[in-house]
Amino acid sequence: MSVEVQGLTKNFGDFAAVDHVSFSVEKGEIFGFLGANGAGKTTTIRMLCGLLEPSEGTGTVAGFDINRQYSKIKHRIGYMSQKFSLYNDLTAWENIEFYGGIYGLKDKEIQERSRELFAIIGLEELKNKLTSSIPMGWKQRLALCASLLHDPEIIFLDEPTSGVDPLSRRNFWKLIYQLSDMGKTVFVTTHYMDEAEYCHRLSIMKQGRIIEMDNPRSLKEKYQVKTMQDVFLASVRGEAK
Amino acid sequence: MSHSDRETVLEARDFVKNYGEVKAVRGVSFSVQKGEIFGLIGPDGGGKTSLMRSLVSLLKIDGGELYFKGQAVSGNPDYVRRNIGYMPQRFSLYQDMSVAENLRFFADLFNVDRDLAETRIEELYGFSGLKPFASRKAGALSGGMKQKLALSCMLVHSPDVVVLDEPTFGVDPVSRSEFWQILGKLKEEGTSILVSTAYMDEADLCDRVGLMFNGRILIVDEPSALPERYPGKLYSVRTDEPHLVHDALEESGLCGECNLFGEGVHLTLADGTAESRIGDLLRENNLAFESFEAIESGIEDLFLRLMKGDGDER
Repeated sequence: MSVEVQGLTKNFGDFAAVDHVSFSVEKGEIFGFLGANGAGKTTTIRMLCGLLEPSEGTGTVAGFDINRQYSKIKHRIGYMSQKFSLYNDLTAWENIEFYGGIYGLKDKEIQERSRELFAIIGLEELKNKLTSSIPMGWKQRLALCASLLHDPEIIFLDEPTSGVDPLSRRNFWKLIYQLSDMGKTVFVTTHYMDEAEYCHRLSIMKQGRIIEMDNPRSLKEKYQVKTMQDVFLASVRGEAK
Repeated sequence: MSHSDRETVLEARDFVKNYGEVKAVRGVSFSVQKGEIFGLIGPDGGGKTSLMRSLVSLLKIDGGELYFKGQAVSGNPDYVRRNIGYMPQRFSLYQDMSVAENLRFFADLFNVDRDLAETRIEELYGFSGLKPFASRKAGALSGGMKQKLALSCMLVHSPDVVVLDEPTFGVDPVSRSEFWQILGKLKEEGTSILVSTAYMDEADLCDRVGLMFNGRILIVDEPSALPERYPGKLYSVRTDEPHLVHDALEESGLCGECNLFGEGVHLTLADGTAESRIGDLLRENNLAFESFEAIESGIEDLFLRLMKGDGDER
């Protein structure tokens, strides 16, 4: 298991942002994490990443205890979001060097890892371009590349494809599949319900709880609908058949 | 209804917008008719925001002209600003002021009479459902509610033409559907709406759409007419292994278009490929699939098709 949590809870005052959620994610699995705004997705992810202390509950991420070994977790996970702050006035390569440095990699390691990653992601030609001049779809790949430099076991992708054109979105998902084939666990949030269909398994959160967790096909059968969009709307509105 | 016998409220004629060397909008013409919801659909960086900001007179026009109710935007910025409602892309309200305070503030800004403003604010609460949150600070609202408040603030001076720049960006599907219901009610009241979005599925909620990519509008039509505009015959393979099926099909050279979709792969046949070859190929590769059939194209199929050949100049 890559991620395993039981009864994970986060209270902010009287408000339970995350309310006793339990789930596990296998190595190499693409796990989709859906929910309305404010349902508790981000709070959950922040606890899994070791950025926020749980109020209650236990669990492990990459084999480390989320309550005690959170600094070790940070070295074994990658994180990328739509708001990921690549520096626009650095070149693609300078951004990579910068993030490699933050992860404590030596220059030689950065060189080796990035050569590998640039080949997979197809960034070689853009290496010396200023990040601000790189098209959106490629920036997203660059951000993904930066989050993979330290060879993490688990990658958290927080709405990685928002606002990206349909072709770039598909190219990005091809990369996600490649990562999964390499044995990386991918934990992804998205508001594009057609992308939810690409996930191996999905959970849907509402008001701090996980209200559904299964593969896309079973969820569609359960709600007797054709698309994940309809599953999402029906489940969040409490219309289970 | 034909569009020719209706009043045009917004229009672009060969509109061009550059930022130095960067060509953000490369000659765009379209019009918004009175009482319709017109959607500008396309990814970020396509020129939607530049076009909208120019329409509401916030940016200098570099070529062509824009018109608001028949008047050139470039010569009449004050007229445009007083009479149009504009909701910018990112949240632009005062986070530490309450919902009610934000609404009153915008009413004052537009010189709305105090009594009139209170009536209007009540009306807007009716639309938005924000009344129970009137005293909550804007910064403490959920993403969906913030967007409803931003919309309300922009409507407080009762404009009959509104320009909304990606109002549902980053908003979950449930809140998005609520937001679109509000737009539907506004339309019933006679408001003309120009709205942009990167969510292709929102096209169906518009009366007409323009697909925008790389500074150009690729096509303008009613959403129901778009499937017929797809060049060629489109097929769908349904499978539990979309990416394996996609890769096999793409490598085979049997397809023209070959794109991943939620439940499988959408494709067109390359010249000279017989329909039966697709099933044969998948069976040869031991790839399980549920069905292979001709389908009507969706807006994303059309977009993927039209954007090819226009992605090179960036």
